[in-house]
Amino acid sequence: MANFDFHIYPLTTGFHGADRPVPNPDLVEKYGYKNFKPAKNSANHTDDELHAIAQEIRRDIIRELEQAKSGHSGGPLGAADIFAVLYLGGVMNHDPKNPWDPNRDRFILSAGHMAPVLYSTLANAGYFPKEELLTLRKFNSRLQGHPGRDMGLPGIESSTGSLGQGLGIAVGMAISDKLVSKNDHRVYSLTGDGEIQEGEIWEAAMSAAHWKLDNFCMIVDRNHCQIDGRTEDIMGIEPVADKFTAFGFHVIEINGNSIPELRKAFAEAKTVKGKPTCIIAQTFMGRGVSFMEDDYRWHGKPPTTEQAEKALIELV
Amino acid sequence: MSDTAVKNMSITSDTAASAKVASTNGAPARPRHEQNGKKATRFGFGEGLVTLGERYDNVVVLGGDITGSVMTSYFKDKFPDRFFSMGIMEATATLVAAGLALSGKVPFFATYGAFAACRNTDMLRISCCYNDANVKIGGGHAGISVGEDGATHQALEEIAITRVLPNMTLVVPCDYNETIKATIAVGEHVGPCYLRFGRVDIPSFTKEDTPFVLGKAQTFRDGNDVAVIACGPMVWEALLAAYELEAEGIDVRVINMATIKPLDRDAIISAAKECGAIVSAEEHQITAGLGGAIAEVLAAECPVPMEFIGVKDTFGGSGPPTDLMKYFGLTSSDIVTAIRKVIKRKK
Repeated sequence: MANFDFHIYPLTTGFHGADRPVPNPDLVEKYGYKNFKPAKNSANHTDDELHAIAQEIRRDIIRELEQAKSGHSGGPLGAADIFAVLYLGGVMNHDPKNPWDPNRDRFILSAGHMAPVLYSTLANAGYFPKEELLTLRKFNSRLQGHPGRDMGLPGIESSTGSLGQGLGIAVGMAISDKLVSKNDHRVYSLTGDGEIQEGEIWEAAMSAAHWKLDNFCMIVDRNHCQIDGRTEDIMGIEPVADKFTAFGFHVIEINGNSIPELRKAFAEAKTVKGKPTCIIAQTFMGRGVSFMEDDYRWHGKPPTTEQAEKALIELV
Repeated sequence: MSDTAVKNMSITSDTAASAKVASTNGAPARPRHEQNGKKATRFGFGEGLVTLGERYDNVVVLGGDITGSVMTSYFKDKFPDRFFSMGIMEATATLVAAGLALSGKVPFFATYGAFAACRNTDMLRISCCYNDANVKIGGGHAGISVGEDGATHQALEEIAITRVLPNMTLVVPCDYNETIKATIAVGEHVGPCYLRFGRVDIPSFTKEDTPFVLGKAQTFRDGNDVAVIACGPMVWEALLAAYELEAEGIDVRVINMATIKPLDRDAIISAAKECGAIVSAEEHQITAGLGGAIAEVLAAECPVPMEFIGVKDTFGGSGPPTDLMKYFGLTSSDIVTAIRKVIKRKK
């Protein structure tokens, strides 16, 4: 029987063509990207090593956003530990040198506005030169304000940004792996906590449980903040854990800024059979930067140059 | 278009819908479908899916609870391992289809057009089209001819909604046989596609060997006084109108614009140049539908008088399909009136 596998590989010919924005060499020098060595993805990293990687991801977020002069600071800083463990702590099976490896695990950033943390993580893992981070949100950049698959950035599985949609796409990928191709690939997706106010999240959750997708692991970045204020003031979502339990998930609640707890949770998720896993990661928005921490006003704005310098000192 | 081309493209002479074939007594030949009878286009969709399932093992189908209505049930019965019931959640079924497509599958999700396009616009826009994901959406129960279910289920906006989305391919086949071919064609095409089909039986006038090419208009009847450019069930009505006017010596070209995106601009421009007047006919809102698409081309390339047949900025209602088609002005006699009007404007 004939088979035709289309679109396993993202398009590499967007409107960007050959002319990508070149980062200013002075900035590359200033940010120390010249002698950068990508971090290894390894389960053998110590907690301290992963913490150091998470801090470097945070520093890159600050550097990117300062250059971009727009974008989201708080959520990405809060989720850096999750991404460090997922991509560089040996949780996900992926290969930066062969980004479209058909055997890879997949990650969908349903909360597309948190793109800076994904870009920083991918660059730190060696998917693309770290200098490119400084092109975030610039015209022609592969680092779109929200992930755009059309730009062909390695590691970007899907365009996301319209909240609530990424989780459904991830469920589709998990169905493809577990029930059509019948392989053992895993699919991860991260949603914001405000994002679960979207109805599609619960449709996707219902489907993941219905199809018993034990290869599917979603993470709720529970930082209690959304752009207009505290989640429980804007549109209450509690009890989050009870809701996902009722929807048929194996729920793990952890401190999402604790490297050991994250490692334990992802390891546990891999052992769950017959149901999907939801990790509710309690995080602090703006983690690591004193004047941003737990302050919803940092959801959707970048640091000024002075604030960035202050933040970079704190993030050592 | 030459006579040979017309013959090559269209229906053979014994079904005669194409053809300005004069009968022995010199009277024009009436368009006929009796040989094939009447059948709803949704059955063509169901059968096309089964053919795709046989040909390709990465074609999968998502059900939206109404599988027996949009005929994905054929595929479900034949390939249960590749059929996934998604319940009543059109938005997430579309997202799941996008995920399957991004993982190398060719997913079809079918439901009523009222949900497939209208409810789903944001999913189509970001997750299907911006992703350029190889998702195939079947939008059934299109148009007023849904009948008794009434306005909520009579989708009249899908052409407008889907043709505005970059990367999208939009096909509205004219009868049962063409729907089979269109279904297979969108399955084999790479990229997001929307296929619009209907509930009620309509004349089957094309044949199994009538060619179908995605993105190409077909001239089903040649003529140089006026061109009717139609899609879906209105193509048959246009052929009837052409037959009626032939007796008066008005020579009507009938173009089947099955692919509305990408639009066959050349066919529209040459029709405008050669006929000097255009009538569009669709079972859809006039606003931003096929008529709108044609008018955009004409305004830029070759402005000629144009009349629009379609639903005029109103919702549908319950009733027998044939009565509704009359009430909403979607019959051959409405096309005849529009043709007379547009020909007057030529002078």
